[in-house]
Amino acid sequence: MKAGDSIPEMKVTPDKYLTVRYAGASGDFNPIHIDEEFAKQVGLPGKILHGLWTMAQVARAQTEAGGGPHSLRRLQVQFRGMGLPEHEVTVTGTVYEVRDGVAIVHTVAEQDGKAIIRNAEAEIAVE
Amino acid sequence: MPVNTAAIGKSYAPTTYAVGREKIREYAYAVGETNPLHLEVQAARAAGHSDVVAPPMFAAVYSSPAIGPALFDPEVGINFALMVHGGQEFKWGPLVIAGDEIETTVTVKDISERSGTGFYVFESVSTNQDGDTVCVGTWTNIVRGAA
Repeated sequence: MKAGDSIPEMKVTPDKYLTVRYAGASGDFNPIHIDEEFAKQVGLPGKILHGLWTMAQVARAQTEAGGGPHSLRRLQVQFRGMGLPEHEVTVTGTVYEVRDGVAIVHTVAEQDGKAIIRNAEAEIAVE
Repeated sequence: MPVNTAAIGKSYAPTTYAVGREKIREYAYAVGETNPLHLEVQAARAAGHSDVVAPPMFAAVYSSPAIGPALFDPEVGINFALMVHGGQEFKWGPLVIAGDEIETTVTVKDISERSGTGFYVFESVSTNQDGDTVCVGTWTNIVRGAA
């Protein structure tokens, strides 16, 4: 990895029931993620993705680029807007610099052309 | 009314989370992990681990029991109807492996207000049974119209 390199793009489409599986796996049962009616009542377009699930997709793009879970040293993200099930999520990233064996990657997650995670920065250990 | 900053610096009782093999697998499937280190005991052992390896973002699972009481603390005073998860940072240490016991302590790092929006920042520090810091999390929650 060197400055200016792109990390491999990752695309994933969360299916209709993903938020239910993630709620069970994570313990976050906030109804805005699992109850279509409730979500609409509070003014959302429908069930929305858990931000930490989307962050996990950004993390996965980094660990795949870095060669495994040990490689991800730090990840910082800002959540923006709302992620929706059944819409493809695309994670991209560019190496900003490599210093002392650590690559700083600037990365983003987009859905329908809008960033749902932005200003994200990862540190990946490189051998 | 400005946000109440009295809780800055407050810490909560540590929680202990026992990391289970099947919980790691359930989490790994939910986030779409395909790396066999997270899914297959044999693959994890072949790579020198005693059991399956938690994906880094499994930090969200073992630290959530510690974050809950801080988020719901009346002294912090978050209005949940108006709260969104604004930002998140994790810094990782050694890998978390099934069988580990992770202790997490949460502190209110900062409470501030800008242009009527409240920013509530919590820090979680998670250590394993050997005393290694496996993850430090910074959780930023935003409350619109807080002030």
